[in-house]
Amino acid sequence: MARRLTFQQAINEALDQEMARDESVIVMGEDVAGGQGTEGEMDAWGGVLGVTKGLYAKHGDRVMDTPISESAFIGAAIGAATSGLRPVVELMFNDFLGVCFDQIFNQAAKFRYMFGGKAETPVVIRTMIGSGFRAAAQHSQSLYSIFTHIPGLKCVVPSTPYDAKGLLIEAIRDNDPVIFFEHKKLYPLEGEVPQELYTIPFGEAEVVREGDDVTIITLAEMVHESLKAAETMAKDGVECEVIDLRTTSPLDEETLLDSVASTGRVVVVDEANPRCSIATDISALIVQNAFDKLKAPIRMVTAPHTPVPFADNLEDLYKPNAEKIASAVREVSEYKAWKATASTS
Amino acid sequence: MKLAKGDLLAAYRIMKTIREFEERVHVEFAAGEIPGFVHLYAGEEACAAGVCAHLSKEDYIASTHRGHGHCIAKGVDVHGMMAELFGRRTGLCGGKGGSMHVADFELGMMGANGIVGGGPPLVTGAALAAKRAGQGNVAVAFVGDGGSNQGTTFESLNLAKVWNLPAIFVVEDNGYAEATSSKWSIGAKSNAERARGFGLHTVRVDGNDFFAVYEAAGEAVQRARDGDGPSLLDCQLNRYYGHFEGDAQTYRGSDEVKNLRADQDCLVRFSKFVTESGDVAESDLAAIDQEVLELIEDAVADAKSAPKPAAEDLLTDVYVSY
Repeated sequence: MARRLTFQQAINEALDQEMARDESVIVMGEDVAGGQGTEGEMDAWGGVLGVTKGLYAKHGDRVMDTPISESAFIGAAIGAATSGLRPVVELMFNDFLGVCFDQIFNQAAKFRYMFGGKAETPVVIRTMIGSGFRAAAQHSQSLYSIFTHIPGLKCVVPSTPYDAKGLLIEAIRDNDPVIFFEHKKLYPLEGEVPQELYTIPFGEAEVVREGDDVTIITLAEMVHESLKAAETMAKDGVECEVIDLRTTSPLDEETLLDSVASTGRVVVVDEANPRCSIATDISALIVQNAFDKLKAPIRMVTAPHTPVPFADNLEDLYKPNAEKIASAVREVSEYKAWKATASTS
Repeated sequence: MKLAKGDLLAAYRIMKTIREFEERVHVEFAAGEIPGFVHLYAGEEACAAGVCAHLSKEDYIASTHRGHGHCIAKGVDVHGMMAELFGRRTGLCGGKGGSMHVADFELGMMGANGIVGGGPPLVTGAALAAKRAGQGNVAVAFVGDGGSNQGTTFESLNLAKVWNLPAIFVVEDNGYAEATSSKWSIGAKSNAERARGFGLHTVRVDGNDFFAVYEAAGEAVQRARDGDGPSLLDCQLNRYYGHFEGDAQTYRGSDEVKNLRADQDCLVRFSKFVTESGDVAESDLAAIDQEVLELIEDAVADAKSAPKPAAEDLLTDVYVSY
């Protein structure tokens, strides 16, 4: 039965139901219960934004607060994963990657390969991404491209409550290390979510809007901005196909290339910084595999090559939005190749 | 803590196997037969043997870049290890790990580790899994004096204490972090004193004395099995070779290693003690010596004749599924 849940509730429900289903699933991180060792409520916070609220009351000591020691507790989750548990560990903001990356990219990501296929590391690292909270440079980044670069990690970037639940359950049941990126601006977003347990396979992008003229490839919060832009452009007679990547590793190349083959015009929308990013990666993929299908240069709509600013007007300028996306769509839809121009002149 | 003859012989066999393994790897590396970075454990055998004597395959260890000794003491197959060092398909990791990444999860050996300080957080997690399983198993992190200065180690000591985990941290202070003296690089008086500040049970041990290590480790392991929390063993011991093979060791005194081998060698001390006490006959040890030499000879011959990984192995085992 589908009810309307927020993105945040969908994640909480996935954790709750998987913990109930499988004793080996544990949740750990800073303040995931909150209140440990205090005189007040033990289940005080449920994570810094309340995403894990209520899990401690139901699952007790399988919801473990940690000291602020990301290297130790992310590493502990990884070590526990090779020792029979299925930890879901929270790296509060993905910006905190800097204090624990070794355990993720030199340990978890490498075990399977460097130990000759004998290790299994079923750990999920949940982490927040995204700007728009006026949280400035160290709490607002979208660093999924850094993780996507690393062989051995899987990267999940959901955009809806339905996907968040299905992809998180898939992540918990997956036997490889999975980084699960939650855009903090999406937490209040409502959508239909079935009560039952269900999974969404990795590596399957979703065509969230069909259209013949321009392909918009995007992920996370930008899916929603892209859909707004598509509606704007439809009024001008330009129909956009909007593709939500859902996972950046593995990447569904086929769905992207099929769409590009039909439209020949591409805008890649990515909230992250522009260099060595998902946007550049997708653009390179298309140029290598579908160059002869392109009718216009690919346009990337991204943040600039700057940290995330604090002041509201600057952060709004920093972030891609529907207007910027529509402008890029207009540009590629109106583009005429010089050969075509030459032949008609 | 009195050991039966069988236990003494088993301990000797492990120490001797480690020593002969390392001496032979030293020769093979110099001859150009073994590629890459190799860090030898020769001189430190009493520590791995004394600690692992208390562990079963259901207990966990995580090792360091100087990991051959821990592997052998935990029961890892010597043939598979040697083939791995030679980069062969028959190696424990199919030739894709090498000296710094030997692991055998079936035996609770969570891997040597190319990152100094990489192991303690992982062991903290294994100890958490052991605690939750409730079977009385423990997890041991071996850390060098270099690794003892990493933040990962400090964080893990604290987390193990906060969660009251069955974890044991064994610092192998061989005097040098690569080329830098541990007397200089450890700001506290000792790792034992420093770990006491974290609230751990700590003890400083003569790491060249198998019996001292065995006794201290036994107490720490029992404490962990009983649910009484983590401990740290601060073992003072000696490294006979350089940081890595090929290290000219110009930072050491000219006769330093020669004197250490003559005066403090853990195998010599062990042999002397057990034969003089009458627990073991010299002929028993000689028989083990012979068997160990044959084992190593055999392992090297097998490794040399084994195939290298196939080209298609390049792309396998990145993920369980993808």
